[in-house]
Parts: sequence; structure tokens; C-alpha cells
Amino acid sequence: MRDTATDEGYVTADGRKIGGVAMEMKNITLRFGGVVAIKDISFDIRWGEVRAIIGPNGAGKSSMLNVISGFYHPQEGEVIYKGYRRPKMRPYQVARTGIARTFQNIALFEGMSVLDNIMTGRLHHMSANLFQQAFWLGKASREEHENREKVEKIIDFLEIQHIRKTPVARLPYGLKKRVELARALAAEPSILLLDEPMAGMNVEEKEDMSRFILDVNDEFGTTTVLIEHDMGVVMDLSDRVVVMDYGKKIGDGTPDEVRNNEEVIKAYLGVAHD
Amino acid sequence: MPDTLLFAMEATLNGLTAGVMYALVALGFVLIFKASGIFNFAQGVMALFAALTLVGFQSGQIPFSHLINAMFGTRLHHFGWNMPTLLAIPATVVVMILLAILVERFILKHLVNQEPIILFMATIGLAYFLEGVGDIMWGAEVKALDVGLPKGMSMAVDEMTFNWFGYGFYIDRLELWAAGIAAILVASLTIFSQYTKQGRALRAVADDHQAALSVGVSLRFIWVLTWSIAGIVALVAGIMWGSKSGVQFSLSLIALKALPVLILGGFTSIPGAIVGGLIIGVGEKLFDFFMQPIIGGATENWFAYMLALVFLLFRPQGLFGERIIERV
Repeated sequence: MRDTATDEGYVTADGRKIGGVAMEMKNITLRFGGVVAIKDISFDIRWGEVRAIIGPNGAGKSSMLNVISGFYHPQEGEVIYKGYRRPKMRPYQVARTGIARTFQNIALFEGMSVLDNIMTGRLHHMSANLFQQAFWLGKASREEHENREKVEKIIDFLEIQHIRKTPVARLPYGLKKRVELARALAAEPSILLLDEPMAGMNVEEKEDMSRFILDVNDEFGTTTVLIEHDMGVVMDLSDRVVVMDYGKKIGDGTPDEVRNNEEVIKAYLGVAHD
Repeated sequence: MPDTLLFAMEATLNGLTAGVMYALVALGFVLIFKASGIFNFAQGVMALFAALTLVGFQSGQIPFSHLINAMFGTRLHHFGWNMPTLLAIPATVVVMILLAILVERFILKHLVNQEPIILFMATIGLAYFLEGVGDIMWGAEVKALDVGLPKGMSMAVDEMTFNWFGYGFYIDRLELWAAGIAAILVASLTIFSQYTKQGRALRAVADDHQAALSVGVSLRFIWVLTWSIAGIVALVAGIMWGSKSGVQFSLSLIALKALPVLILGGFTSIPGAIVGGLIIGVGEKLFDFFMQPIIGGATENWFAYMLALVFLLFRPQGLFGERIIERV
């Protein structure tokens, strides 16, 4: 991949322009006690691309996503974000730097309505202080309205108008996943992390979700990193793919390159490891 | 109108105002339970501690004077000035916020992601610790608290009811004030949690820690905020109960009365705490009024718990608690 991608980016087959490096993972190693979850992995994420991380179960994909979003801290390696080495940050601090995420096992605020859930995505875009808010002074009410408008736009975009007042706990699984995506989008993230956005969905729901991910990327130019173990879905969606197996990187490149990579084929066909 | 009905009406009114006093304590529990899923056993002691601190500031007591005297052989007692109430209350609020910061730093921070029962045990420890600190800091004697709230029979109510029914109701003015203050407190808490950024963040933390982190909410900040608010609510409860019956260590036991209130109203509902308090207050007074001739007095000691028990059988989530929705 490196040879075709200059520092200014590259142009995809369907004509979208991909920018320079947004985030670079450098020699990341993550251990839990004696278990090595991620072993010396490096790759980069470019502005505007859909970057997938795939691999069999237990390959370390989710751990990698948790490193990016600050839930885990690697023992070795660096995360270079927007050109700077990122210091050790807590998850909420990472979120405030413009990295939004969804979870493999949906983490929504079950007791709140869909609208309230999505509004929480905008929390760190609000700057009115407690005093201004307490008395509902100009800035506070203006902010609330601006944020509400942005949220309504996302609700329209993801076609969930009909459930906006519904408590999340009452929604079926597929819609919950969509609400979680909406909440992440509401933060207007620089990088959007999706942890198995299509896990447990039926074919129709998978198609819908794929369409939304592509539309989001098209419409807002959001850089998206997603994890999937369903190869078919990933290949259609992503611009570049990192393949992991047993905590190691075994492939990195366009879907076509990855598909023809011998190591990758072995991992997926279940050839015995030595 | 028959006398019995009039007396029952008076008992009901008294029950309502007494219920508000229970609700004030229950409110503090609900706040912390909502935000962190912790049943804060120390809420009653926090009310006691706040009241002690307020009286201490007002009368210009030197904190830890007994300890200092014992260690250095000095004879310190008071600074020699009296702090005006309007200054002493904000000073106490500052102390309660400091307490919240200390609780977060030394207890909650180390117990992140622990089982609720472990956090509950920690608050039991906190309760005893705080009671001891209150004792060492301000002394154990019973103190009168006067923040300038009117006390005694309300002449207005007495006169009005006398003109209507030919019988004047006895209502304590302090309890009328308590009702007004509780109403303001609940209104502002509701507005805060529904319409402000911090309120929304607070509800987010209450619902799901991980998800809250992922949208950029700092758990530690929210915990300090919640415990500060609970501390301020404890101060209000402490002022009301302290004005009514003096600041004494048995004040921390009113926390136990809050328990049936919470079971009735639901652990997670602010309006529930109020309505639960009112039901317990009225129920207690009316039950006593009608049953006293038959089974004797002192029913107020156990009626609330019995009512809570019956409630647990039929509606375990309380009147206003969140319905337990489970998708299978």
C-alpha cells in the first residue's frame, strides 16, 4: 500500500480523495499479565478513508480499538494523532479530542429516550457554565438550540425520526445499533470507531448499516475505523484493511491485496498454526 | 362537621408537613443512587455533620478544640465571634463540597467498577467515620440551631381554619417553610438534571459508565458534583431537622426513616421521594389517629416499615421507579 499512497493521500477506485495520515499506530504492544493481546503492530489511518480491522475471534481487534479510544493503554508503542505523539489519556479525554466510538455490546443509556441519548453525544460541544445554565442565560439556550438542530439532522440522516422519543430499552437490537451510531456521529468526530457494527444483525439490517456507514463517509467525510469478522461485508465497505491474527498483523492493504494474501487465506481457512 | 373528621383533617395536614421532612432526607439518597447506583448509608450522618458544622460556624466554635486542648494543654473553645447565618450557610456549603471531593479521592476512585454491595459497605464505613469526625470536630453535646426560620403555631392557618370549620388547626410554621423549601429544591434539581449539560452528563453516568466515558464525560467530576449536591441537600435536611429538634447525634437515625420512603417512591425518582415522604407522613399520622384507641400509641415507630413491606410485595420498583424492562 505504501508505494501507491503518498503523504498527501491517494484517490480511491470510485474517485474519492483520501487525505494524509490522521493517526499512526507505531509498534503497539498490549499485554494483560502474561497474555499478549497485541504484538508489535503498526499501521496508519488516513483522513477520509474507511479503514477496517479484521481477523478471527480473539485476534485482538477490539483491543486495538480500545487502545485507539484510550480504554486500554499499551505497554509499548506510540499513538501519533494529528501529527503529535499522544500522551496517556483517559477515555473521556480521548473522546474530547474528537474520537467517537460504538461498542460491540451496545452501550447506550437505556433509561433515556433516543433523542436524549444522541444529545449526550454533543456534551463536550457545550461550553456554557453552570451559572449560565442554571438561569438559562443567552449562551446556554442558544447552545441547546444549535445542538438540537445538529442532532435532528443526524436523526433524519439515519432515518430514526419515528423513534426519537422512545426509551432506548424498548428498541430492537438493530435500531439500538443505529442509535449508537447516531450518538457517535453527533459528536462530529474526526475519527469514528465502530466495533462490530453489524454483529448479530440479519441480512437486511446489515445492508442498511453498510449503506449508512458509506453515506456517513460520503456526506460528512468522516474517517471511519471499523472492526468486523464478516469478510464479505468488510471488503465491500473499506478502502484499506488491516488483518490481525493472534495479536499480530498478518496483512495490510486494499481489499483485493488482502484477499490474495497467503497468510490471510491461511488464517481464515483455519490452517494449523505452527 | 363532625369532630372526628376535623381531627382527621388536621392529622392529615400534619402528616403532609412531616412527610416533607422525611422527603428531604430521602432526596439525598435518590440523588446519589441515581448517579452512581450507590445506596449511600452515610446520607443521614451527612445531614448531621452539615448541621453540626453550621452551628459550629454560627457560634464561632473552634473545630477540633477538644483534641487540641488534650494534645497541647490549651484551653481553646470559641473564636469569640458569631458568624451571621447568611455567611455560615455558604461556609457550610463549601465544607460539604470539600467533603464530596475527599470522598471521591479517598473512597470512590478506588472502588470503580466494584459491585454495588462493596460501595454500600464503604458508605457504612463512611457513616461511622463521619460521625466520629463530627464528634471530635464540634463536640457531642446537643445544640440548638436557629437560622431565623419561624417556629411554633401558624396563626394564619389557625385563624383561617377556625373561620371555616369553627376549629383551628395546629400547624408548625417551621414545617410550612420546610414544604416551601423542599418544593424549590425539587424544582431546581429537576430543571438541573433535565435541561443542563451537567445534568445530562449526570444521567448518562447513572445509566452506563462506559458509554458515558465514550461521549467524553469525566466520571470523577460527575461523582464530585453528585456528592456535592447530596451534601447540600443534606445541609437543607440538617437545618430543618436541627431547627425542629436540636442538633444531636440521633439525627443520623432519620436516615432509617428515609428507607421506607424510598421503597414507596422508588430509589431512582426525585418526585417519588417527595410523594413517598408525603404518603408515609400522612399514613403515619392517620394510622395513629384511628388505631391509637384500639392498639395503643407509638405506632409511628413501625408503621412506615410495615407499609414498605406491603409495598415490596406488590410493587418492588416503587411508585415512580423505572419499570424493569427486560427483553428476552
